[in-house]
Amino acid sequence: MREELLAIIERNSRIDLKELAVILGVEEIDVVNELQALEEEGIVCGYHTMIDWEKTSIEKVSALIEVRVTPQRGQGFDNIAERIYKYPEVTSVYLISGGFDLLVTLEGKSLKEISGFVSDKLSTLDSVLSTATHFILKKYKDHGTILTKKYEDQREKVSP
Amino acid sequence: MKDMLSKQAVSLKPSGIRKFFDIVSEMEDAISLGVGEPDFDTPWHIRDEGIYSLEKGRTFYTSNSGLLELRQEICNYIKRKQGVTYDPKHEVLITVGGSEAIDIGLRAVINPGDEVLIPQPSFVSYEPCAIMAGGVPVIIELKAENEFRLTAQELEEAITDKTKILILPFPNNPTGAIMERKDLEAVAEVIRKHDILVMSDEIYAELTYKEKHVSIIEMEGMQERTILINGFSKAYAMTGWRLGYACGPREILAQMVKLHQFAIMCAPTTSQYAAIEALRNGDEDVKEMRTAYNQRRRYLLHAFQEMGLECFEPFGAFYVFPCIKEFGMTSEEFAERFLAEEKVAVVPGTAFGDCGEGFLRISYAYSLDNLKLAIGKLADFVEKLRASR
Repeated sequence: MREELLAIIERNSRIDLKELAVILGVEEIDVVNELQALEEEGIVCGYHTMIDWEKTSIEKVSALIEVRVTPQRGQGFDNIAERIYKYPEVTSVYLISGGFDLLVTLEGKSLKEISGFVSDKLSTLDSVLSTATHFILKKYKDHGTILTKKYEDQREKVSP
Repeated sequence: MKDMLSKQAVSLKPSGIRKFFDIVSEMEDAISLGVGEPDFDTPWHIRDEGIYSLEKGRTFYTSNSGLLELRQEICNYIKRKQGVTYDPKHEVLITVGGSEAIDIGLRAVINPGDEVLIPQPSFVSYEPCAIMAGGVPVIIELKAENEFRLTAQELEEAITDKTKILILPFPNNPTGAIMERKDLEAVAEVIRKHDILVMSDEIYAELTYKEKHVSIIEMEGMQERTILINGFSKAYAMTGWRLGYACGPREILAQMVKLHQFAIMCAPTTSQYAAIEALRNGDEDVKEMRTAYNQRRRYLLHAFQEMGLECFEPFGAFYVFPCIKEFGMTSEEFAERFLAEEKVAVVPGTAFGDCGEGFLRISYAYSLDNLKLAIGKLADFVEKLRASR
């Protein structure tokens, strides 16, 4: 049940418990217990909402920043990652294989705000060797959801 | 011109679905639960192979039987699933959907006057195809109390000395019924005893929700007398690609290839390349879709239970077949009123044979949100009908 449950709530965390129980073919209490266990084990870490900010009048800019850093003895990348993720404007930090070390995603109100963050805060950190900032121009698909097109049922309405 | 038309063709009843389709098409905002095809898009990696084959200029005919590479993959698949071996060179034919296989399969074995046993409710093509092949359709009416499975006794009673072939349509459209191993064993015994052929239409084989699908070809002495039909439409959400296949005894397949060659030439080349990819790397997609269908199936059965609507638990395909006899209306009346009053389209059970009277086919090839909306309307409608009596 665990894998199926996770797959469902990853796409729709608002689904009600009763319905979850029905479609999984189990009792509601089992779902409640399993969800609680998943939260306690830190597997379910939060319930978020996907928002396409583009469609609002609120100005938001997001960027991906490639960061090259010097790992520290005994700590590897953990310390520097922590330094970076503590900034609230940072939305994610990943350790990456390949040409650079950390991939940082950032959200701000304007280009200026983001470039300010990179030049004043990020680049000036001791272990940061270099950064490359990529502004996101358009989101086509995010978290498995296509943002640019609405689903349209193209089938004939009745068929054998 | 006088006598312009074939009397045989004219005598065929138009599909009961067609009539309903015409009504629904005129309603702009109708919600439909009447579709007999998956709501999923063909998985991208499969589409990608189709596109790639076009880019590489694979735009020619294939051999009449279809790409050998694909036939080999089909044999591997059947070996993997059913543990039965077919020879890709002589015992497999790629067809334009399962439908073509039904048509030419019957035409390959029927002589004038041969009886074709057709369990109903079932897919709309068997009866007309049997007639056009010169056969005489003999309907076996499946019963709700047997969960619409075919019993050995029903089969035994329908067999005469003219019986040539039994059509075995499981997992079933429209009822969602399956045949489990014990059911097939019982039926196989009767088939062997009377020495008749079988056409097993297993197009929904990948969509079962109890045990893994069992095929009649796994039963003793059955492979040699069975035309097995399957395809890519339902398992891989590839309806528009029009690709199916038939496997069977070499002698029968040789005749089918001939009919196919003259009428069709070969199945679409692009689709054949895409299908190779589906068989090689599509297991995960099938599993995901099956899981989603199963969730919806549980949701519907639960909803029927809540509204007190009688429905046996179907374990296959993507249909439920609730009983509406309590309302004292025919299936068609119910479906027409439901459409007119609540703007939801379902298919009357009678579209799949007279014995579908008193039942509706409801498809769950729709998102849960869609189903919820439509089932909410069904609950309102049912309540309204009950209150008015």
